[in-house]
Amino acid sequence: MAGPGIGIEGLKKRYGKGDTAVDALKGVDMRVAPGEVVGLIGPSGSGKSTLLKCLGAVIEPTAGRMTLGDKVIYDNGWKVRDLRELRRDHIGFVFQAPYLIPFLDVTDNVALLPMLAGVPNGEARRRARELLAALDVDHRAKAMPTQLSGGEQQRVAIARGLVNRPPVILADEPTAPLDSQRALAVIRILNDMARRFETAIIVVTHDEKIIPTFKRIYHIRDGITYEEAGEGLEIA
Amino acid sequence: MISLAGRDILHAWGKFVFTGIGLGLLIGVTLSMAGIYRGMVDDAKALLDNSGADLWVVQQDTLGPYAESSSIYDDLWRGIRGLPGVAEAANVTYLTMQVRRGSEDVRAMVSGIAAGAPGTPGWPPFLIAGRQITRGHYEAVADVASGFKIGDRLQIRRNQYTVVGLTRRMVSSNGDPMVFIPLKDAQEAQFLKDNDAIHQQRRRTAENPAFNRPGVPGLLAAINASQSANSNVNAVLVRVKAGADGAATAETIRRWKRLQVYDRKEMEGILVGKLIATSARQIATFLVILSIVSAAIVAFIIYTLTLGKIREIAVLKLIGTKNRTIAAMILQQAIALGLIGFVVGKIVATFWAPHFPKYVLLMPLDSLRGFFVVVVICVLSSLIAIRAALKVDPAEAIGG
Repeated sequence: MAGPGIGIEGLKKRYGKGDTAVDALKGVDMRVAPGEVVGLIGPSGSGKSTLLKCLGAVIEPTAGRMTLGDKVIYDNGWKVRDLRELRRDHIGFVFQAPYLIPFLDVTDNVALLPMLAGVPNGEARRRARELLAALDVDHRAKAMPTQLSGGEQQRVAIARGLVNRPPVILADEPTAPLDSQRALAVIRILNDMARRFETAIIVVTHDEKIIPTFKRIYHIRDGITYEEAGEGLEIA
Repeated sequence: MISLAGRDILHAWGKFVFTGIGLGLLIGVTLSMAGIYRGMVDDAKALLDNSGADLWVVQQDTLGPYAESSSIYDDLWRGIRGLPGVAEAANVTYLTMQVRRGSEDVRAMVSGIAAGAPGTPGWPPFLIAGRQITRGHYEAVADVASGFKIGDRLQIRRNQYTVVGLTRRMVSSNGDPMVFIPLKDAQEAQFLKDNDAIHQQRRRTAENPAFNRPGVPGLLAAINASQSANSNVNAVLVRVKAGADGAATAETIRRWKRLQVYDRKEMEGILVGKLIATSARQIATFLVILSIVSAAIVAFIIYTLTLGKIREIAVLKLIGTKNRTIAAMILQQAIALGLIGFVVGKIVATFWAPHFPKYVLLMPLDSLRGFFVVVVICVLSSLIAIRAALKVDPAEAIGG
């Protein structure tokens, strides 16, 4: 994909109308290149979740412009017809809790996305197994989610987010339930995957342990983002 | 594409199976209710089939002998027997009563059958044990469902009878087992008064100057004899000659004997359309209520199961699952639940049907209809859950 992974210019989101209206985003600018992992940090109520929902095409911004690669997806209105398809094929999600489908085994949890996109079951499972191997969790391919540890579940969730090779991954507090070692392991995996698949990854976090690992950090406060350089510590 | 519904069911099979068993018991009750209605209809048809009659001759302006009381003279059969097209004609009486067996009562339909031979209208067409009645008094043939055995003594009114034969599926339209006794005994049981009543009536007659006239010897005795004798039966059963026109024969009897005549179709209409109509409506109402209850239960279960998966549904929607895939998952689960319930219901209904006191006839066509009704109920019941699932906001999967 040519150009930046994801670009946001002057993104605004207003909830409500009239006197009760609340401006959750007041003109957010953001740019994440393919293969880059950036942190999005801010206190509660700063607009992190709203920004994530706008980026994830789950809620509609009020104004601004968003691009995925060289494709404009929002310009004061959605520019794509099927947001579901956009989410399925172009955006990967990793949540605070893994939210794996409890009645599917590890392989099918990951393979479900390509299957939904019409990829034959065999091919979808092959892709899933490849990713599980890359994330070092292929030995649990037949296990059910409840049989996995927290770290394994999060790695499977990352595999699910990556399986359709989306240009962007939105990770919402992916290390919150993990201890330091596992949290850093998850960030290392995200960095590896970003480089390997040329994916732009935005990690929303409060986690002090992982903040030093980002090379670039976006702070969000009162609906406005501020960019700063991170320490970019290498994870052993 | 994998079956999400199938995987969910396999994952939580215990929940589905136990819920399905609960639903199945309810469906079993529903199928049994339909079977009870079918059994009643079959009992009515069995009563008509076993009578061996083509025509039922009864009192004018009545729906006798099963739906209304009918009383006609017992010598009319001779005149009917002589009419063109009539092969056989025989008197018959029917009386539903408590037949005593030792210290217990048995609800039975006592039928008085005319002297004759096996094959005479009104006679039990076959026996499973013993022999037919050969004496004019105090012998009985009983349906095996009555619990009587060969050699048992039963009491009807003041008389004791010996069970000499047993038959099967000889029941009234209410499902009561039949007991066949000689016609004369049945007439006595049905129409004669007790001793005290006869005594009081004779005194009353003797006090009446119109009946006890001086200078008319024998009048009082004749009147008393007339009052204590019975020459009535409920119906004459007629078998039409092979090839004869039953309708023409019936019309002849109506015209010349001034009696009501019903053919098989009319009699079936009376039994099914009038005699058991109220029971049928009762059962139909119950079936409707059971269907509504089943629908409510399926709807509640599916809705609860869906609410338990709200987070998963939100995730599925967020990652791009189409609404129709999610709706199909819920719909398939509802239908699967219905299928489990139907199979369990069919099995339990089949097993417990013989234990009902009355005949329960489970017809394959009713089961097929029941299956389609269950599927329709499940589809309709899943709509609430589908609506709830489609309203789930994919943003719920993202915190904040």
